[in-house]
Amino acid sequence: MEYTNIAYVFAAILFILGIKRLSSPKTARSGNTVASMGMLIAIVATLVSFDLLDFQTIAIGMIIGTIIGAFFAIKVDMTQMPQMVAIFNGFGGGASALVAAAEYLNPANPSTFNSATIAISVFVGTLTFTGSFIAFGKLQGFVSGRPIVFTGQKLLNALIAISLVFLGTYSVIGGETDSYFYGLVALSALIGITLTIPIGGADMPVVISLLNSYSGVAAAATGFVLMNNGLIIAGALVGASGLILTKIMCKGMNRSLANVIFGAVGLKQVTPSGDEKQIQVKSASTEEVAMILESAEKIIIVPGYGLAVAQAQHALREVADFLEKMGKKVLYAIHPVAGRMPGHMNVLLAEANVPYEQLLDLEQVNPEFETCDVAIVLGANDVVNPAARHDTSSPIYGMPILDVDKAKTVLVNKRTMNPGFAGIQNELFGFDNTLMVFGDAKAVLLDLHKDLKEL
Amino acid sequence: MDMIEIVQQLEAENMIYILTVFILAIFVGNEIISKVPHTLHTPLMSGSNAISGIAVVGAIIATKEGGGLGTWFGLIAVIFATVNVVGGFMVTDRMLKMFKRK
Repeated sequence: MEYTNIAYVFAAILFILGIKRLSSPKTARSGNTVASMGMLIAIVATLVSFDLLDFQTIAIGMIIGTIIGAFFAIKVDMTQMPQMVAIFNGFGGGASALVAAAEYLNPANPSTFNSATIAISVFVGTLTFTGSFIAFGKLQGFVSGRPIVFTGQKLLNALIAISLVFLGTYSVIGGETDSYFYGLVALSALIGITLTIPIGGADMPVVISLLNSYSGVAAAATGFVLMNNGLIIAGALVGASGLILTKIMCKGMNRSLANVIFGAVGLKQVTPSGDEKQIQVKSASTEEVAMILESAEKIIIVPGYGLAVAQAQHALREVADFLEKMGKKVLYAIHPVAGRMPGHMNVLLAEANVPYEQLLDLEQVNPEFETCDVAIVLGANDVVNPAARHDTSSPIYGMPILDVDKAKTVLVNKRTMNPGFAGIQNELFGFDNTLMVFGDAKAVLLDLHKDLKEL
Repeated sequence: MDMIEIVQQLEAENMIYILTVFILAIFVGNEIISKVPHTLHTPLMSGSNAISGIAVVGAIIATKEGGGLGTWFGLIAVIFATVNVVGGFMVTDRMLKMFKRK
């Protein structure tokens, strides 16, 4: 047993060193390998040092798991990464809950502390499992991406929460009967669903981050059940990671976590009031855009999720490459909530071979707009709406935005004049220095590439 | 001190010991994860997903516990956690491979 614990500590050190190497894209890939070595050590140490293991069951489980995991990892499109992470969070939570449930059925060292940690582990793990599947369904389109709300929803959630506290307490101190425990499982599953369905599609990055954190907490709780260092340390790392990402996402939208979870934003259609003036926009053709770009020196591209939906990343990179060949400086501005999960847009652009040095964060890029000749906004809307800076009545007021309006010329590509997720008009489109380029992002970029070549 | 008291005291010491480990791990996690740049947040998530597959260790141990329903739980837990570990590390590697310099 001593050696096993030493192996777990060694595995934990490798996890920490692996994550440390994620601090730069240069070392990140080796960091992932280091962390996977840690996992291998933990698994081997467990296999060799526990008696009475059922190796046949373990082998069957690992073979099935490996086939499924490898299949997903190889097949998944980068646009579908949020779904994959969501469903994997669910598997992680589910695994932890099942381990705790197995321990409940056949307790190795029963005590009040042990029962209490089992209850916590089962609760968090099951909630993560069902919540993640709803999140997956929303991202994949199986479940409506719009918030699902009904009257008495909050009351229902409150009732479930209170019942959970009772069932949790009784499953610890209740004695002989198992029904409290099964009630706890059922209600944990239910609250995972009822807490996730009212959250809108645009808020999914927060939810996935939060569920990521829960899957870590569930693993750590299972670590307490089994008194196992490896699970506790790894679980704590993941829990902290998910929580940090959740905070970053909330900050990126200027919303509190409570507002995201209970706010059901995206439900109300904001109807323009009578005194709101209609925005007058100027539109431009791709030939005109090509001429504007010819005389520009510094160009900042602002990609939004609409770009990924149009599958236009590769077309964009080709245009950007061509502009660089013309001697222009090209940068990309990435808003924290661009895409469907933290860092999603960066992965989508990396897939299109955009070098990562060109991708700048909000804080890095905002000072650059003042000295930039052209800002090109592609499939982004709310994150470039200047109303966030000054209009206290706007639902997005206070949200950090990319200051594209400070560029000499702003080119905005959109399919139509439809408002963004927040359901509000964007005054940027009517600014004197803004030109609209209507059309599908991919088609527009292909035309623009042609027009640039013909200059 | 009779036997029960000794056991109770050992248990209390164990509890404090693992709580210490847990809290310190949270601090370490906070420290190193705050240093991960925005650009790598998706691989961080899928990678930490793989790490939360550490539940596989618990799942392996669960297969021995008494047989019956517990073993079935263990089997499903092994499958779930292995999906996490294998899929998580593989997809993270696939993503990080794409991050290139000029």
